[in-house]
Amino acid sequence: MGAIVVLSILPWSACAQEKQPLIWGADAEGGAPYIFPDPSDPSKNIGFEVDLATALAKELGRPIVFKQYPFAKLTDGVSRGDIDLAMNGIEITPDREELVLFTKPYYAFRLQLVVRDDEDRFDSLQGIKDLGGVVGTLEDTAASRLLDRRKIRKQIYDGQIEPYKDLIDKVIDGVLLDDTIALFYAKKSMVTPEAPPLKFASPIVGRGYYAIALNKDNRALKTDLDVALTKLFEDGTLRRIYQKWGMWNDSQEEFLPSGQFFEPDEKADTGTTAPSHFIWLLLEGAWMTVKLTALSFSLAMLIGLPIALMRIYGPAPLRWFALLYVEFFRGIPTLLVLVFLYFALPEIARVQGWDESGFTLKMTGFWAAILGFGLSYAAYEAEIYRAGISSVPKGQWEAAGSLGMSRGLTFRRIILPQAVRVILPPMTNDLVALFKDTSVVSVIAVVELTKWYLILTKSSPQSVLEVALATAGLYLVMSVPLGYLSRYLEHKWGKQP
Amino acid sequence: MGQTTVIQINGITKKFGDRVILDGISLQLPLGETVALLGPSGGGKSTLLRCLNGLCPLDEGEIHISGQVLRPGQSQRSEAVQAVRRQWGMIFQDFQLFPHLKVIENVIEAPMQVLKTPRAEAIDRARKLLDRVGMKAHIDAWPMQLSGGQKQRVAIARALAMQPRGLLCDEITSALDPELKSEVLTVLEDLKRDGLTLILVTHEMGFARRAAQRVVVLCDGKILEDGTPEQVLEQPRTERMRVFLRRVMG
Repeated sequence: MGAIVVLSILPWSACAQEKQPLIWGADAEGGAPYIFPDPSDPSKNIGFEVDLATALAKELGRPIVFKQYPFAKLTDGVSRGDIDLAMNGIEITPDREELVLFTKPYYAFRLQLVVRDDEDRFDSLQGIKDLGGVVGTLEDTAASRLLDRRKIRKQIYDGQIEPYKDLIDKVIDGVLLDDTIALFYAKKSMVTPEAPPLKFASPIVGRGYYAIALNKDNRALKTDLDVALTKLFEDGTLRRIYQKWGMWNDSQEEFLPSGQFFEPDEKADTGTTAPSHFIWLLLEGAWMTVKLTALSFSLAMLIGLPIALMRIYGPAPLRWFALLYVEFFRGIPTLLVLVFLYFALPEIARVQGWDESGFTLKMTGFWAAILGFGLSYAAYEAEIYRAGISSVPKGQWEAAGSLGMSRGLTFRRIILPQAVRVILPPMTNDLVALFKDTSVVSVIAVVELTKWYLILTKSSPQSVLEVALATAGLYLVMSVPLGYLSRYLEHKWGKQP
Repeated sequence: MGQTTVIQINGITKKFGDRVILDGISLQLPLGETVALLGPSGGGKSTLLRCLNGLCPLDEGEIHISGQVLRPGQSQRSEAVQAVRRQWGMIFQDFQLFPHLKVIENVIEAPMQVLKTPRAEAIDRARKLLDRVGMKAHIDAWPMQLSGGQKQRVAIARALAMQPRGLLCDEITSALDPELKSEVLTVLEDLKRDGLTLILVTHEMGFARRAAQRVVVLCDGKILEDGTPEQVLEQPRTERMRVFLRRVMG
């Protein structure tokens, strides 16, 4: 890896020796069939783009070295010079063309709507729209933009396996994605050894193109790659690769050699979110953030108190349980908890056969997020409760006890009110922290403020600054008053030690 | 549950780890009397007092008090302990007022929560009690705004609000300056005149002599002397007591 980094910062033209390896950036987490870990040997990446890279390297006479790079940052990567070329199912869009230089397309894809096997309500996007159904897709894709243009309700996912999973689980009504993806995840394939209970709906008009993204200044490499791609198409190498992966179809024959390479299909591609709308979308995200924070924190406070009580006053087994709980949830990333609740629980229910008795353990991303954050933060809140409760002198228990007050009454009327003074400031801090932590929920398909920021800045790069300022502004408008509230309460209670 | 006129302590033992704090103490304390518990530090007097209202569970023996029996192994939640606590107020050296409640709220808290006294009635009584201990002017003060003597007088009013048969006072003037001590001791003498049973752990020899009908001296977990103030403080039977008196008086 060190060698790769060193090489990649060398200036282009100065020492562009023939044998110097080209750094190819792609995201192996993106999945099949582009580039993904071999199911039979996960240390090795396979995919049609791996084969294509090998063919290109041979054609160019230069080695091509793979470098793992987050998909969402690939175009930044070539602009910054971290990688020489980005090839990862990147579609040509007008926005991207402003940022990077595209080679000739190497694949022409269609959008494919996938529905459940037993779906009889509709067979088309229009059908879903009429029913008010929800369609899953990936963000900043031709599919996502098409849904926006047709004003169809959509659910954005981070990975390509999750939308199909949710479709099977009846969380959504359809999935619209590139046919390359659908071929691998909605049909029997090497990544889905059992055919999922899904079917392809009627075809959708319109095409998009995958092309290799390069640094704007790297015209020389573009020329080389264009020549190589044309050669690979003409000598049938490209066709063999696509046939191997089950991706060959008439579109390739028809569109790849044609002159339309640089005129992406208008129907599949244009249309960014109008800038006048972005503030409403951000507000929608902010509202989601507020809901998530308020509900999760209430849950955390609710669970945290009994945990703290068990830790301080409980008999040995309860005390151990509480300690285990606290250490477990403090030691595990909340992200993992969220993903487990959302994806793994229904899977476990299915494997165990519990789902047959209606016990599917399935929940929406929203409730999974609230439960996940609630459970996680309860561990922190329990410790805060504990510190606060322990800070009240033992004499207060004795004084209240000697007045005939029971332990429960003493706790509620005497101990807790005093502990609250100690508890409140750190708890408000946690609230602000949770408020910001909720930004990870996009992994379980909940779209809140940060996710809207990411979506908007990608779909309309020309208004990045406005969107960024508006997003930061919204976060501050919500978090700064919380800080003031914390200080006010601290001050108010601080008067009576 | 026959109402008795004495507190009967039968051979109680209390240990903290290997240390024996109370070593088979037996005592009979008539109600309505003022009893001073004296003795060197660590002699067991505070522990004895705390055993009387169940703050300190017994290891051996039993205590018959207010028709209840306190025994080893009893939970703090047991009905016997709760009943005793409702009938016996306890005053602490470090006051232990509830800092989050104003003076008047400190006094009405237990009557309202434990006895379910209506608020208006509880406030009415609390005002009278605070007046009696000379704290009427501070009804709406927060505990932190009061001097030690004032806090202790509020604590006494708080205990009295439960209409106890008597008060258990654990070195209640030890943390006070001399002039503040006298404020508190004056209140106690007033209560004694009303016939309230007072059991006081104290170092105030003068007060013990003046106000107590009986003085019990505890030393190393055993009763060293037991009698009237005159007997115990002026003609002690034991050499040990004479040494102790010389040290405290000297």
